Amino acid sequence: MSDTLIYATEVFINGLMAGVLYALVALGFVLIYKASGIFNYAQGVMALFAALTLVGIMDGQVPFSHLINAIFGTDIHHFGWHLPAVLAIILTMGVMILLAWAVNHFIMRHLVNQEPIILFMATIGLAYFMEGFGDLMWGADIKKLDVGLPMGLNTWIDDTTYNAFGYGFFIDNLDIVATIVAALLVAVLVAFSQYTKQGRAMRAVADDHQAALSVGVSLNFIWVMVWSVAGFVALVAGIMWGAKSGVQFSLSLIALKALPVLMLGGFTSIPGAIVGGLIIGVGEKLFEFFVGPMLGGATENWFAYVLALIFLVFRPQGLFGEKIIERV
Amino acid sequence: MFYREAGDFKTSYVEDNQTFPIKFDRWRYYAVLAFAFAVVPFFINDYWVNAIFLPFLIYSIAAIGLNILVGYCGQVSLGTGGFMAVGAYAVYKLMTSFPDVSLFFHVLLAGGVTAIVGVLFGLPSLRIKGFYLAVATLAAQFFLVWLFNKVPWFYNYSASGQINAPERTVFGTLVSGPSADAWAKYIFCLVFTVIVAVIARNLTRGTQGRKWMAIRDMDIAAEIIGVDPLKAKLTAFAVSSFFVGVAGALFFSVYLGAVEVGEAFGINKSFLVLFMIIIGGLGSIFGSFAGAAFLVLMPVLLKNILVGGLGWPTDLAAHLEFIIVGGLIVTFLILEPHGLAQLWRVTKEKLRLWPFPH
Repeated sequence: MSDTLIYATEVFINGLMAGVLYALVALGFVLIYKASGIFNYAQGVMALFAALTLVGIMDGQVPFSHLINAIFGTDIHHFGWHLPAVLAIILTMGVMILLAWAVNHFIMRHLVNQEPIILFMATIGLAYFMEGFGDLMWGADIKKLDVGLPMGLNTWIDDTTYNAFGYGFFIDNLDIVATIVAALLVAVLVAFSQYTKQGRAMRAVADDHQAALSVGVSLNFIWVMVWSVAGFVALVAGIMWGAKSGVQFSLSLIALKALPVLMLGGFTSIPGAIVGGLIIGVGEKLFEFFVGPMLGGATENWFAYVLALIFLVFRPQGLFGEKIIERV
Repeated sequence: MFYREAGDFKTSYVEDNQTFPIKFDRWRYYAVLAFAFAVVPFFINDYWVNAIFLPFLIYSIAAIGLNILVGYCGQVSLGTGGFMAVGAYAVYKLMTSFPDVSLFFHVLLAGGVTAIVGVLFGLPSLRIKGFYLAVATLAAQFFLVWLFNKVPWFYNYSASGQINAPERTVFGTLVSGPSADAWAKYIFCLVFTVIVAVIARNLTRGTQGRKWMAIRDMDIAAEIIGVDPLKAKLTAFAVSSFFVGVAGALFFSVYLGAVEVGEAFGINKSFLVLFMIIIGGLGSIFGSFAGAAFLVLMPVLLKNILVGGLGWPTDLAAHLEFIIVGGLIVTFLILEPHGLAQLWRVTKEKLRLWPFPH
């Protein structure tokens, strides 16, 4: 194998791994969109919020310590305990469920039957709110998230490929873990929506609100549940991204990266989110590898969007989306 | 009595067609203009101009531009920041290439360049609709910002990658650069704001505006009654981008003076302008002004109260600002999805009947 091809293969595999992480965020979008027709821009911020909360709980930070200190002139920061990761994750999940309830109770319930664009704007507002709220609660500094996931170079792959091609592939253990977790997550979600009562109810709501309502499905309950599930997906995505690049503001920007993924895959399709994520991940890494140097680099910033844009011109509903039928 | 149609008899078509048919409205409008042109310039200083008046005027132009696209034509765009960057870089290239031409024409030309770019990125709107289009315009946002960062020609090969506004004059008065007077900058932006507002107001109540609104309400039905969606959508993109480009040009040349593209014209700017038109009211020129005023004034006010008044740290105030902006947007959407403009409309309706309840 020629050198370029070997490097390209490495880039390809790394692209797949990055794509998995994009797909993780995109999944949360698809879930909420399918069940309630809301395009939830706040998904990325939810991931940030979940990661912040997780770090905060693990380190025993005092919530709103900054604000309390400013008002009362005190100087408190930590409770002084460290919780094990599992317990902290469970507690964070509790917070996310609470958040799901609050979102439904205070916002979405009042916006039923509004136009989709209004709902979309509302989630942008929610995103801003949560961004400020998360920072206010836990502080805006960059935090390290360590829940005990393996990190760094995978030596086994490095050795094997070195023996085979004379060049060791650099593949991060964390990416491998992320891939496995994503696969598990999708399996769990599919099993949940296919084989449980609540999952069926969720699909019924996604299919037709009124019909679901008329056979006795509680819309409020389903919406809270869907937002909780999306919160759970956000938590997983937050853990993965947080472990990779630290918990910081830029984490919320991955939501923007998930948008082209969604467009490629179609807003309504879970397999679409995965395939879209992989295509975007591989596409932008390969493009950066082959064409990037000619254009001065950093093409990853826009390649995904332009790819999605060009793709949409030929197939406006995405790869797996439902065909858009319009009638007057 | 004020604000009445009664007794205000129109005797010619010109009178009947005027922009503000109600006498009170018309005089109020003249009064605001007279105040803005003849009184304000004598009382403002650098702080007022830079903290409030310039951002308000420039964001108003951008908001009017975006409102034409989103509020009147129904094509959601998240690329405003990118288009403002096009305006800024176009005016920079023009200012440095033709230093003898008045800045006034440069700004207009920069708007023209932005219009062309806008039409280019508006082409996909013929196939793509709704959210898909919103995301597609993100391509414009990220691509344009990247382009201005990576191609040295755009920033004249300067070492820092920044662009700095040179000193340029209009009618012999300095309006750009660090030594320009506050009142000159203010008047220069005010002139553009008024022109843009008048053009936008008249466009949106004429044939073109009706076509846009038909497309917004239902594009297929509009096509059947004879509105050409290609022309309607592309003109909306062109006009909108022109205004946004003018705003970007002024933002760079008069207001900031020095610009780093990712910082000044990032995705946050797109959202900021979008929030302005949501809070102000989609499909309303007055709403664009109201929204811009609201979002320009609120941070200044919050900062003065929290940091200046209570002595809180600035980062805390910044977080609270996020919470308040987000909360306000949600509250507005729940209580009054049509924004401040709707409140104004309701007030006018009440005024018309006052002092009687019905």
